[in-house]
Amino acid sequence: MIYELSYLILLLPLLSFIVLGLAGMKMQHKTAGLIGTCSLSLVTILSYWTAITYFTADRTAEGVFQTIVPFNFTWLPLGNLHFDMGILLDPISVMMLVVISTVSLMVHIYSFGYMHGEKGFQRYYAFLSLFTMSMLGLVLATNIFQMYMFWELVGVSSYLLIGFYYPLKPAIAASKKAFIVTRFADMFFLIGILTFGYFTDSFSFSFAGDIVMGQGTTPFIEGNMAKAIAAGGFILPTALTLMFIGGAGKSAMFPLHIWLPDAMEGPTPVSALIHAATMVVAGVFQIARMFPLWIEYAPQAMSIVVWVGVITAFYAAAVACAQSDIKRVLAFSTISQIAFMMVALGVSLPGHHGAILDNHAQLGYMAGMFHLFTHAMFKACLFLGAGCIIHAVHSNEMALMGGLRKYMPITHVTFLISCLAIAGIPFFSGFSSKDEIITACMEYSPVVGWIMTGIAAMTAFYMFRLYYGIFWGTENKEAHEHHTPHEAPLTMTIPLIVLCIITVGVGVYSTLAGFLGWGGSFGSFVSAAGTDYTIHFNTQIAATSTVIAILSICLATYIYKGETQPIADRLYKTFPKLHRAAYKRFYQDEIWQFVTHKIIFRCVSTPIAWFDRHIVDGTFNFLAWGANEGGESLRAWQSGDVRKYAVWFLTGTVALTLVLLAL
Amino acid sequence: MVPVECYFVLSALLFFIGVYGFVTRRNLIAMLISIELVLNAVDINFAAFNRLLFPGELEGFFMTLFSIGVSAAESAVAIAIIINVYRNFKNDSVDAISNMKG
Amino acid sequence: MASIIVFSILAVVILGSALLCVTTKRIMRAATYMLFVLFGVAGLYFLLDYTYLGAAQIAVYAGGVTMIYVFAIQLVSKQTLQGMVEHIKCSRMLQGLLLSVVGLATVAVVFLKNSFISAATTDELPMDQIGNALLGSDKYQYVLPFEFISVFLLACIIGGLVVSRKKED
Repeated sequence: MIYELSYLILLLPLLSFIVLGLAGMKMQHKTAGLIGTCSLSLVTILSYWTAITYFTADRTAEGVFQTIVPFNFTWLPLGNLHFDMGILLDPISVMMLVVISTVSLMVHIYSFGYMHGEKGFQRYYAFLSLFTMSMLGLVLATNIFQMYMFWELVGVSSYLLIGFYYPLKPAIAASKKAFIVTRFADMFFLIGILTFGYFTDSFSFSFAGDIVMGQGTTPFIEGNMAKAIAAGGFILPTALTLMFIGGAGKSAMFPLHIWLPDAMEGPTPVSALIHAATMVVAGVFQIARMFPLWIEYAPQAMSIVVWVGVITAFYAAAVACAQSDIKRVLAFSTISQIAFMMVALGVSLPGHHGAILDNHAQLGYMAGMFHLFTHAMFKACLFLGAGCIIHAVHSNEMALMGGLRKYMPITHVTFLISCLAIAGIPFFSGFSSKDEIITACMEYSPVVGWIMTGIAAMTAFYMFRLYYGIFWGTENKEAHEHHTPHEAPLTMTIPLIVLCIITVGVGVYSTLAGFLGWGGSFGSFVSAAGTDYTIHFNTQIAATSTVIAILSICLATYIYKGETQPIADRLYKTFPKLHRAAYKRFYQDEIWQFVTHKIIFRCVSTPIAWFDRHIVDGTFNFLAWGANEGGESLRAWQSGDVRKYAVWFLTGTVALTLVLLAL
Repeated sequence: MVPVECYFVLSALLFFIGVYGFVTRRNLIAMLISIELVLNAVDINFAAFNRLLFPGELEGFFMTLFSIGVSAAESAVAIAIIINVYRNFKNDSVDAISNMKG
Repeated sequence: MASIIVFSILAVVILGSALLCVTTKRIMRAATYMLFVLFGVAGLYFLLDYTYLGAAQIAVYAGGVTMIYVFAIQLVSKQTLQGMVEHIKCSRMLQGLLLSVVGLATVAVVFLKNSFISAATTDELPMDQIGNALLGSDKYQYVLPFEFISVFLLACIIGGLVVSRKKED
């Protein structure tokens, strides 16, 4: 029954966007916020209800969850192909429903406090609703084209929200950059979609398991993979790789990550929702959705995914160690963690052990999706905590913080819990997911496994550097005299507490389940083959990663906990260039600027512009000039001289007579 | 009887003399006089054709008669206009009334 | 035979006067030459046995229209009458000549391509036939144009009066 109501999940945020968008300025701030939050609470309730119904329903004979399509209608028929719009419920999309609606609801509640008194409060809630609707539409898409449409909508919402403080130049520049970079990547996505659709005659996710269509829905067209392979063995991998490039742009993989740190110009709750938990995982979700195709037709291309992920993770972790703005540290941490998810999906090659979707493939996929879930929760908590800190200190820089643990106890505790989670300490959620990823990497290739372990250590290190830098260390006494930092109001701390409870709860259960072999953990719901997959921790790897995490934390404590940081300062003096390079993100932005300005603008755009201005415009200018000149010369006929008119008249008559005679 | 071709040639010559006069002359009245020549040439033509080619009918005769009448009326109106033009432009040359130029 | 001689005299008069009319620099002379042309044309009508037409031509054209022109010349062309002559531009003359010659050539072509079947009689047109035709309303009779032309003449009179009326200041 709930499946028939699933359209409300998309309709309610859309309606609240329209209402707040059109009538928001006439409402009071509180009313607008309440409308947005209430509609989102309804969406959350519906999502949870759908999730519970879905996951407690009976499995099919093979032991998988059915893929349910309550709605699917043809929107644009184009000969063979047609664009559909619909809702598809399958384990990963239902899981994403839960994630998106939870984090979005927390952000809505948090924003009451954070955005209190801001001009444009109503506009903010309107855009939040638009974003939520777009993201939900993306995960519920029944075909790749619908996913692309909502993908672009998500990009637009992100643009609107990053540029929320539009009077400020950095915000506008950041929103433009985000939109342009993701749009550039989406060009590849579109080419991939079109290639895929052209060669397989279908856009639908017809391979998404055992599908049950609702009443009156347009049936999925089965993709004609044989035709695509017959046209050329490289076509399907190329199409899938192009789509991955689009996903890489959205998920901020190297080198298309440049927009994410700048996107921190937006309000902090926006960063929590979009750039930590939901939009940036769209690329990961895309690969998870197309996973059966990747496994069967493009297993070699998955190594691209793996290595892009590894390079990104390492790069982001290295840069994060040297950032001084707390939101930038969290942004790079997000990039690094998403790279973890990508690597997890990438190492799920079944061919490695010779069987389709064997244990090995199951592990990578499941670990990636689990990490998506847990990361969303604790990263959102970290960002919201950072928001509380910024709210208290009125600045993003770590230099102006320090010793805040006395003033902000709740923020302190929740931030600490989330840091422990991201570092991968047992009994916190990050441990299970990250551990599984590292196990999968080790099975794929020990090199990758050890690299990822090293990056996990770096993650623990820089997160605790951040933690100590904010809450321990020297206080900024002069600033505190003017304005004592205080704990954030209740609307801002309750979401932090809720997210922490989820983190700890999931963490405890999954750790125990992994060690003791209990069922009912994440793997029983979401797995590559759809069957119930019980997680067993590989004790050796679990122990190694825990020890390394604790060592990193100790190292960070040793360097950063005290009042002064002599070792940090000495390292800084010894390697100034390295530090500066890391601080400037290894000059990635400058490289992109160079490529676009010197190479593309100068060598490609300028000639094209010259052509357009001189040849295309020139042709029309010439035609106009010709018409003008012709008119001017004909003007002499209007001499006002009656006799001349008579002459022409008579001439014409004579000529006509001659013509008629000749005929 | 004079052959009809003679009348034809005569009227043609008179017609084109009138045309030449109309095109060449600058004085408004002189142009009108040239137009009278043209009209007379046409009258000769009608009358001659009627008399020498179709003696039973009277169309040409009446055409000529009415043409004479209409020419007279038309000359009167044209003179009235020229008088008006002279009053406004103080000049009787056709080059003066070039307000519609361009 | 006699008619041919008369015709050629009349032709010479008509064409000569016409040529002088269009080439003379003095406007009064042009009007006089036009009078001669009109008389010549009247003569041609008499030669064609259209006595009524010839009479009408003299009465209306040679009498009325020429008087109008003379009066108009007196009213309008003050400078011209006082001896100032009109200077004709050479290019314009050439234009006119060219046009006339081409036109003549065309007409000549038409003339040569067709043959005229002469059906001349020597009957004179009786007056009562003209009168009946002018006022009768049968198929080939001209009461309608007659009435129309009378209205037309009235309109022209009124129009002429209105156009040349002096504005009351």
